[in-house]
Amino acid sequence: MAYSPEVKAALAEEVNSIKTQGLFKEERAICAPQDSEIEVQYPIGSEQKKVINMCANNYLGLSSHPDVVAAAHSGLDHRGYGMSSVRFICGTQDIHKQLEDKLTEFLGTEDTILFPSCFDANAGVFEAVLTDQDVMIADRLIHASIVDGIRLAKAQQDTFKHSDMKHLEEKLILHQNKRIRLIITDGAFSMDGDLAKLDKIVELAEKYNAMVFIDEAHTSGYIGKTGRGTAEHFGVLGKIDIISTTLGKALGGASGGCISGRKEIVELCRQRGRPYLFSNAVAPSIVEGSMKVLDLISKTTERRDKLEENTIFWRQALTDAGLIIKPGETAIVPVMLFNAKLSQDFSKDLFAEGIYAVGFFFPVVPKGQARIRTQLSAAHDRHHLEKALDAFVKVGKKYEILGKTKQEIIDRYGL
Amino acid sequence: MAEQIKDVILEYVRNEYLEDGDDREVNFDTAIISGGIVDSFSMVSLKVFLETKYNIQIPDAKATPEAFDSVNNIVALLKEFGIE
Repeated sequence: MAYSPEVKAALAEEVNSIKTQGLFKEERAICAPQDSEIEVQYPIGSEQKKVINMCANNYLGLSSHPDVVAAAHSGLDHRGYGMSSVRFICGTQDIHKQLEDKLTEFLGTEDTILFPSCFDANAGVFEAVLTDQDVMIADRLIHASIVDGIRLAKAQQDTFKHSDMKHLEEKLILHQNKRIRLIITDGAFSMDGDLAKLDKIVELAEKYNAMVFIDEAHTSGYIGKTGRGTAEHFGVLGKIDIISTTLGKALGGASGGCISGRKEIVELCRQRGRPYLFSNAVAPSIVEGSMKVLDLISKTTERRDKLEENTIFWRQALTDAGLIIKPGETAIVPVMLFNAKLSQDFSKDLFAEGIYAVGFFFPVVPKGQARIRTQLSAAHDRHHLEKALDAFVKVGKKYEILGKTKQEIIDRYGL
Repeated sequence: MAEQIKDVILEYVRNEYLEDGDDREVNFDTAIISGGIVDSFSMVSLKVFLETKYNIQIPDAKATPEAFDSVNNIVALLKEFGIE
């Protein structure tokens, strides 16, 4: 038998080693639809506890919106449960093409192709488009899915220091002999919550004849005056060659992602994108739900405006309370604790106070930069944020970190 | 020559991977990857640099985090390509 006692013991040892390094990820069970207040079992099987959710990507609060749920039901009723096929065999319905057209219009691009997830979109796009005569020059803090996509491509890989335009320029100069130079960046960086300097990136791309890829997963729907993302925020809509984004965060939160951009690039993804070619079409209920989301946010900016107000309030309130946050404009607000154990203890104490926010530490973030990542939603009302603030202050007092500098926290708790 | 190569690589690592204001000490023995200064993805820049500077092709099988984990390890790797 291949799964011998020796293999079993070796794998169990690996699991144990993850635990002893403090890297074991434990799931909590949410016993309610996704929202600003949820019922959670933690650990799973324990009594349910009502908590304020400060860690969902539900930026616009549309994950359980009745109109979106109704549209998903309609998709189920009219186009069925699943396609039992990849897109190019018999998995493409009229509604898939309609959603792709709506995304093209929303993102201000030439064409769009749906993928089962944004992870899949990022994993498939570079291999489909680039050759060994090309180079990918990526910001060092890009999402893991893009790293995987880059590793699958034949083009040369290079990186630049996070948001360091001088360093990017040096790399563009270094690679002038390549056929295609593709600059790769996230729109909002998911662990730090800062935005890419996209206007400067586009400027450099024009100067050094490069193309631009941006992952708008954490920005689509709420960054920019009408929520079109980082490109809208920096006034460079239409100048980005490849945009990837997700339907799994602000845009409804179910699943599915896309590549949107230049027509030929999208066509190459349709012909060669392996995650597109070899996995099932997005389910009809999700397609119709997503179209409803795009309709809702195209009619009014009410939700992204409320999220912006919440974000400004929360960033200011945490700062006034004496906590250290990463500066930025997005709804991702990391509260810096630096020490890994402190981030875990702080998160547990917050949960006891009815606040659900997760601590992150190495290797998810660099060593010595452990944090609690908080995320705002348009579903949060002011009273949610005030209660969350009270909890942060209470727990912050317990650990005596309020008003302390980074060095003082490190001196006390270590890195 | 070996001393010179060491110095060139050390200077590159410091310029390429330390942010402004990052005063962490990096010397010939410092574990730059397992020590958390360079992650395995950012390591690709080092490979590009070595290949361009010394006009060699380092196969992926040889470009491991262990081989790139310190300036001394990199110098040992370069020796395999006749660079010393």
